[in-house]
Parts: sequence; structure tokens; C-alpha cells
Amino acid sequence: MKQNFRLDNIGLINRDKKLSFKFNGKSYSGYEGDTLASALLANGVHLIGRSFKYHRPRGFFGAGVDEPYAIVQLYRNNETEPNVKSTEQELFEGLEATSVNCWPSVNFDIGAINNFLKVFLPAGFYYKTFMWPKSFWYKFYEPIIRKAAGLGVASIKHDKERYEHKYEYCDLLIAGSGPSGLASAYAAAKNGARIILAEDKPRFGGTLLTSEVNIGNQTGKEWVKNIIAELKKMPNVTVKNRSQVFGYYDHNMLVMLEKISDHLPKTRKYHPKQRLWYIRAKEVLISSGSIERPLVFGNNDTPGVMLSSAAKEYLKVYGVLVGKKPLIFTNNDSGYEAAIEFKKNGVEPVILDTRKEPNSEIIEEAKNLGIQIKFSYVVVAAKGYKKVNAAEIAKISDNKNELGVLENIICDCICVSGFWTPTIHLASQSGNKTKFDKDIDAFVPGISKQNETTLGAANGTFTLAETLKDSFNAGYELSKKITKNDNKISYPKVVEKNKTTHDKFWCVPLPKGKTYKRFLDFQNDVAVSDIEIALKEGYRSIEHVKRYTTLGMATDQGKTSNLNGLQLVSNIENKIVPEVGHTTFRPPYTPVTIGAIVGREVGKYSRPTRKSPIHSWHEKNNAVFVDAGVWLRPRYYKIGEETLFEGSKREAKNVRANVGVCDVTTLGKIDIKGPDAAELLNRVYTNAWLKLPVGKARYGVMLREDGIVMDDGTTTRISENHYHMTTTTAQAANVLSHLEYYLQLVWPELNVNVVSSTEQWAGAAIAGPKSRDLLQKLFPNIDSSNDGLPFMGYLEGELFGVQARIFRISFSGELAYEVNVNSDNGNFMWEKIMEIGKEFEIQPYGTEALSTLRIEMGHVAGSELDGRTISYDNGLEGLISKKKDFIGKRSLNRKAFIAEDRQKVVGVVPLDKKTSIPEGSHLVKDAYAQLPNPKLGYISASCWSVEHDNPFSLAILKDGKNMIGQKLFVMSPLKNITIPVEIVSSHYVDPKGERVRS
Amino acid sequence: MLHIKCPHCGMRSQNEFSYGGDASVKRPELNKEISDQDWDNFVYNRKSLRGKHIEFWQHLSGCRQWIKVERDTATHEIFKTLKANEDF
Ligand SMILES: [Zn+2]
Repeated sequence: MKQNFRLDNIGLINRDKKLSFKFNGKSYSGYEGDTLASALLANGVHLIGRSFKYHRPRGFFGAGVDEPYAIVQLYRNNETEPNVKSTEQELFEGLEATSVNCWPSVNFDIGAINNFLKVFLPAGFYYKTFMWPKSFWYKFYEPIIRKAAGLGVASIKHDKERYEHKYEYCDLLIAGSGPSGLASAYAAAKNGARIILAEDKPRFGGTLLTSEVNIGNQTGKEWVKNIIAELKKMPNVTVKNRSQVFGYYDHNMLVMLEKISDHLPKTRKYHPKQRLWYIRAKEVLISSGSIERPLVFGNNDTPGVMLSSAAKEYLKVYGVLVGKKPLIFTNNDSGYEAAIEFKKNGVEPVILDTRKEPNSEIIEEAKNLGIQIKFSYVVVAAKGYKKVNAAEIAKISDNKNELGVLENIICDCICVSGFWTPTIHLASQSGNKTKFDKDIDAFVPGISKQNETTLGAANGTFTLAETLKDSFNAGYELSKKITKNDNKISYPKVVEKNKTTHDKFWCVPLPKGKTYKRFLDFQNDVAVSDIEIALKEGYRSIEHVKRYTTLGMATDQGKTSNLNGLQLVSNIENKIVPEVGHTTFRPPYTPVTIGAIVGREVGKYSRPTRKSPIHSWHEKNNAVFVDAGVWLRPRYYKIGEETLFEGSKREAKNVRANVGVCDVTTLGKIDIKGPDAAELLNRVYTNAWLKLPVGKARYGVMLREDGIVMDDGTTTRISENHYHMTTTTAQAANVLSHLEYYLQLVWPELNVNVVSSTEQWAGAAIAGPKSRDLLQKLFPNIDSSNDGLPFMGYLEGELFGVQARIFRISFSGELAYEVNVNSDNGNFMWEKIMEIGKEFEIQPYGTEALSTLRIEMGHVAGSELDGRTISYDNGLEGLISKKKDFIGKRSLNRKAFIAEDRQKVVGVVPLDKKTSIPEGSHLVKDAYAQLPNPKLGYISASCWSVEHDNPFSLAILKDGKNMIGQKLFVMSPLKNITIPVEIVSSHYVDPKGERVRS
Repeated sequence: MLHIKCPHCGMRSQNEFSYGGDASVKRPELNKEISDQDWDNFVYNRKSLRGKHIEFWQHLSGCRQWIKVERDTATHEIFKTLKANEDF
């Protein structure tokens, strides 16, 4: 298809490389260097979507990040992305895009009926219109709104693209590569500063690409090219295009999104799609430019109405005419620039200027070129439904209240300019106290909070000469502050046309008897009348007006609408704009993909996976793994088609009958050394530690200061001043920090050092009646008798030449030992245990069997020590020393903690001895009581007791001490289960603890 | 993300640190009588200041030292950081 609106001899696109693409299923062609928007416009396509609320036809309004309308659903390499701005999306071969907000199609949209019902959809329509009658909401309104509203469709497929994060430091970060960005970057780079220059567009230069200026005897374009080429060669400079600095956070941390592959048909191998940069800058130069403001008139949302700066950009960068009969509607000199470009390219524009008798060089030029200019004229309304085909215009009185006779003028686009709004988002995000500049009717940065400086148009400076002068100086001064260098370069001579002041008038009054919608927010369909209603209804705060009307709340975040909205509120309220104030600017400045925010931390990379040195043996032996904190642990070792239930039962039974071995490497381990080590333990644990002999282990419970149990474990005295502490797998890191806190901050006088040794040791628990025989064979040189290595004893030994630590401790309740060797020898140890253990019928066991064993023994673990229970609740009150003080002791006097009917751990057995009890179920006295049925406790852990061959659970039960023998009910409303149960002792197996001491 | 100067390691990003609460709170001495009210104040009651606040942070992914940080809770400005044994 021919590109009917493309010119031959202007623009920065590559005409040698033709690209084909599809929009709404239809094929078109464009060129390399196009955006999707410019390529569609080149083909004369102006209708791109439907508006959010009224489903009115939508075209293109801008040419970049400020675009409120032209968002599409993008298809690329079998993936889809919603809400892509077609003005930012670069064209690539095979690109496909569709309209959003259209049902069933962009040309025939059922939702557009809202347009004719618009009297029913005023401000706050979400909050009131659809609330009546109430019964209609679910049946009628809600399904229709769901279908009709909303923007693009998010893919539910896993995103296979790769996104990266990068951390960077620099002396100066410069956001924006227009005149101010380039000048400051150049001056700072020449003065030796480490700089990053970021440009969100593919091309550097900003407005210099489209303005007719001369810098140091070069055109703007040439100057940009040379500066960028020189900067790229400098080792202290990083220059990035397609990179948007979208957030300014605390302590000069800025975040930038670099789009690496979005402009390509497919991401290259080993390349990420996007990269998120976290940049810590010593100084930040904000050179983000300004965005042209719309003028407000009837039907100003019709496709074909667009910003004059956008029309100029489409022409000068892409060689595209947005119309062949343009009408320029302006309140300042900028509109003339677009008109002059049209004229130079053989198109006859008409200018409507709201001003009466303005005079400047640029107006003179337009007059000299023979452009038709109508002063004191306004567009009253755009005509045409899917595309502008004419405009209703009128003369306006000097006081701007009276319209003259309405006239019709034929045109195919209306290019508007309502002057410029500095882009102060980054400055405002940094905490800058912005101020209102009445000369430009906009906010500009005021007092900086962080190290940020705003330059050029973003700072309200609209002449090039002044901008360059300020920017060269800022780049030099700020770099000098950091580098102490003093290499100042002189700034070039600038030739530009002078401009005169703009007209403060921006909103055309409605002619008598007309009800045209005059839109402020184009993406959210907020019209002048909506703001009027909101104010009439009593909304005053601009934040409330925003939320009630949805002004500025769409994906464009009101880049073109906010200021006009403020102007309107201040006009109606008879206030000045600064009194109304502006809504808060929050990051991100532009939408950022979730993929970029998450980066590489997806799937198994979302956190580290830790594996024991015995992991590969587990894998080879059919272990089914489970996440235990960040560790992967075998849950059970599957034989044949065994289920978890069957396998874990077999493993647990074998521990009770013969001997089992369990990988306990994951247990937290802390090495404690120093003359005051015993004193530290004595303060940290609830029981006494000063008299523990060398070669002995002791079980300990530590509390938080509020009396709640923090963790438990055994600690062994290795030598006089050397202890080996174990913690639960989950609490290992917290316990270390806890010890460090007290040693460094509370009791610095204690001479103790602590260090994590979790990774230094591999551990194997050998448990079962035959474990002693096995141990003796593994360590022929030790005395493994009950006298030689008694319960809670410790020995060092040699396992086939490998140094080992042997602890006689038990979690399973059986006669058991724990052997530790250096991690590198973990697998060797394990294989030896399995090899020698064969004759004792050894089987490895996983966490599920481990749980079964500990539950039926009544050993509390993580599910009971859950950060809500005290020692008493867990039956650990016997370990509380009355003679000494320790962390958290004083809290144990709290009323609730010493209440007579305080909760306590108990055992629970179903009366039928068959029904398994779900963990988390409630215990109640009467299953049939009226709701709310008082809850007496909850099931903390459940297992199938291998000793008794029936289900058994632990529960934390109110007045548990006195409940043994009681009949209660377990209820799980979620699973609709009620089970009659009996409360028994939590020690269901070997209540006297004889086996561990045997 | 805050930028915190560890007195042992230098400027580091916040994600290397963990917060440890109000540094003006002193743990009562062991083995000393203390009223319920004073103990409650130590365990639970904090001023939740708006403005300058002295707090503990641990350089968890660095030197593992607990440090003192003087920070404005409203603006996040950090005025000074000190080693555990130094006083403001
Ligand atoms: Zn440090």
C-alpha cells in the first residue's frame, strides 16, 4: 500500500529499508526509523482506538511519551503486550498491533452508545450512576462495564523474555538529551566527571531535531550529532538512548528503564528485553524538557486534532504529513513553527491565533511566507466523527467571553498549541518544592531537596541561548564540585528567532445553545463539564477532584491534562493556580513492565536455592524434595509407586525398628568462642549454662524480650571456651543477628565472638535401636557404650580418616546420634553410613518421616514455636531457671502468660482412630453450637503415628493442662469436616524418654 | 532506597542493612528489679517520632556490625552514622 502522507525529501527515517506491519489485521508499510504512529499516519490512518468511557473515536494527539490516546495491543514474537503507546513503539518488520477498548471493532463499537448516553455518565459516574437500582449492578451494569471498559489485555502466559537489573554509580546523571542535557553533559564530561546521559527516545537531541536554529555555525541536528559522537568516545561517559529515567527516590537513587529489544522483531540471543538501572548519582541534572498544552474547545478529542509540536515532529523526523489541509490553532508563537514547516513542504495551513496583535520574528516570517493568519480567532468545535473534516471557528472578543458569528472552515487536521508545561515530574519526585510561574502559567522546580538541578524548558526556560548558557554553566560548576577539575569550555553562538508572549486564554466558551463536550483528559474522557459538576457537588481539594472525576489518572498520568484541569478549577473557584496546588507526582513517570521490575528474580531465581553436599546422592536415590526455607530437603525417598504417605510411613517405621539416616546439614550452626561464651549462653537461653562440662551438649530455648519463644536447639561445649550452637533451619539467620545485637550493643563487655558455621558442616542423624551398633562400626576407635557416650554426650572421632564430631542427641525420640564432618566430606560420610548400615537394614528418611517421629514423641518444632507461644505453652517451662535472669524473663510475669487456663500443647487422637486431622483445624467443645462457636485451640501438626498405627496430632489448647482425657471436636469449616477426638498427652510414644537414654 | 554510610565499610545501599529499632532505648540491666510500667516501656512503647531519630541498623550483608544512624523519619535524610560504641 502506498504511503500517501509520506514526503520524499524530509525526515530522519531510513527510506532504504521498508518494513511491513499489520494494524487491526490490515497490512501497511513504513520505514526503519518510524514509530508505529508515524507509519500509520504515513498511511493516512488516524482512527486507532476508542476512548475509555464514551468509546469515542481516538486518533493521535502527541508524538511521544505524553500520548494520551494512541495505545495499542502489541504482538511481537508470539507474545502480546497491552497498552503500548504507538507513538513510542518503534516499527519493526512484521509488527502487529490491534486497537484496545473496541468491541467488536474500531469502526463499529457498541460501547460508543455511551457517547449518546453521556448525560448519564458525568463526573463520579463510577460511584453513583451504576449504584441504582442496586439489584442491577451484578446482573446488568457490571458485566457490561467489564466488557466495555478496561484497556489492553495482559498475557497470562509465562513471559520467556529476560529482564535484567543493573546497579550503577556516577558523578552526574543527566535525564534528557535535548539542548540542556547535551550542553550540561558536554561541559561536565569535558571537566572529567563520570556521567550518564539518558534519552528516552531512540534519537538524541530532543527539540533540536525539529527546531530551526543555529549553534556555532551548525544546524541543531548537526550540533547534536557531533556532540553525541564526541561524548560516546569519552571513557568517563555512558550515553544511553531508549532509556527513560522514570523515578527519583531517596538519597539520589534514580531508576531508569532501558528498552534494549522492544524495537526489534525478536530479542537477540543472550540479550535481555529490557534492563532496569538503579543509579546512585552524586548530582542529577533534569533536562526533561516540556510538553505542549492542549487548547480546549468542542469535540477537541476528534481524531485529527493534535499538538502542533507533534505535527511538526511527524513532519521533520518522519517525513509524514498529519494532514494536507491543516488548521493551526494557537495562543502562542509555537503554532507558527508547525505552520511554517507545512508551508515549506508545499501544504497551505491556516493559523487561528487567539491573540489580537502579537508581533515577533517568527510571526513576521509566517506573514512573509504568505500563510493565512486569523488573529483573535478560535476553534469553537471540531467537525467530523472518525476524523476531522472541518472546524467551526469564530472571532473572539477582547475579553474572551463573546464569540462572533460561527463560520465553517474545511480542514483535515487541527494542530493546537496552548503553550508549554515544563516536565517537572523528576524534580517533584525528589521532594523539590515546586512553585507556580505565572509568566508561563505552569509549575517549575523551586527549592531542591536532593542534589538535583533542573535546566532548560523543564525549568521554564524557553529560549535556546539562555538554555545553553545555563546548561554549560551547570555542567561545569557541578562537575567542578565533584572532580575539582577546572576545564571550562566556551559555549557556542546561538541563532534563533525571538518569540513573544503567549495568551493566557486556553478554554473556548461554548456558543449559545451548543452542548459540545470539551475534553481536558483525553484518555479518561474527562470534560470541562465534569470538573464543573465535581466542584458544584462540593469537591474542593484538587486530590479529591482528581479521584472523583478520574482527571489525570490514566496510563498517561495526565501529562497533557493536569495543568488545564488546575486552571479550570482555579477559574471556577476564583483562585490562583498555586492556591489550588497540584496533585502529587509519583513514580513511575511512564508505565514500566512488571518484567523489568522483577528482573531476573523469577521462578527458581526468585530466591537462592541451597543444597546440602549430599544433594546429588538424594537425587540419585529418588528423593522427592521439599522447600525448607531456602533449602531443598528430601521429603521422602520414593520406592516404586509409593505415595508420600506410604513412603514416609515406611521410613519412620524403619527408624523405630532398625536404624535410619537423615540429612540434617540444613540446621543452623553458630560457632561461639571466648572466655565469656558460657555467660552469653546463660543470658540468651532460659536454662542454666554456666556448669555445662566440656564434651556435653544441652538443649536450650531462647526467648524474645516479650517472652515469646524465639528458637530452640542444642549447644555443645567443644572445649573450655568453645561452643557449637545449633538453631532451627528457619531461624538460623535471625538467631545470629540476635546474638550479634546483644554482644555488640547491649553487653559489649562480654568477650565472645560468634560466626555462622552452617555451611562448614555436613550433618547426618543416625536414629533407631540399631544406631549404636552402626556407630561403633563407623568409629571403631571410640567407646560408644552408654557410659562412653551417654545421652547428650559429645565425642570427636575419625570416620575412615575423616575428622568427625559425634553428638548423642535425638529429635526422633529414639537412641540417636548426629555426625558432623567438614562439608566437603559430607557425601563421603553419607555413603559410608549407607554402606556400613546395610547389615542393620538402614534406610534414609526425609522430612516427612522426621516430622512423624517428632510429632508422636511430642517434640515441639516450628509449627508450635510459631512466634505466638511461650515456654509454658510448649511444655518447656521446666527449662526456665528461677535463679538467673535471661532475655525475656521479665515478660513472663504478664497476666496472660500466667493465667490459670493458659493454652498448652496436647495430643489429639480421633475417636475412630482412622480419620486424619487436617492441620490448622479448630478445636471446639460442641460441634453443633451456635455460631460463633468458641474456639478452644488449633491443630498445629498432624501425622500418622507409626507406633500406634492411627492418626495423631499436636494441638495448642486452652487450659491444655487440665484437658487430658476430654472429648472434643475438631472442625475444619474450610473442608467441611467435623471429627470427634480425645485429648491425650502430647508424648504419645515413650513418655518417660527411656529410649534416648538407653 | 536509602544510602547509608557504614562507619566500618563506607557508603552502601539500604538493601545491605536491616533495621533494628530505636537506639535511644536502653535494655534494663539484668537481675535488677524493674516496674511493670518500665518494662512495658522498654519492650513495647516507642515514640514513633516525626523528625530526627537515632536508630540501630545492622550491616547484615557487609561487616555484620550493628551501627547507629541519625535519620529524619519524615525526609529520610541521614545526618550521621556512628559505630556501636560511639555516642552522638
Ligand atoms: Zn559495614
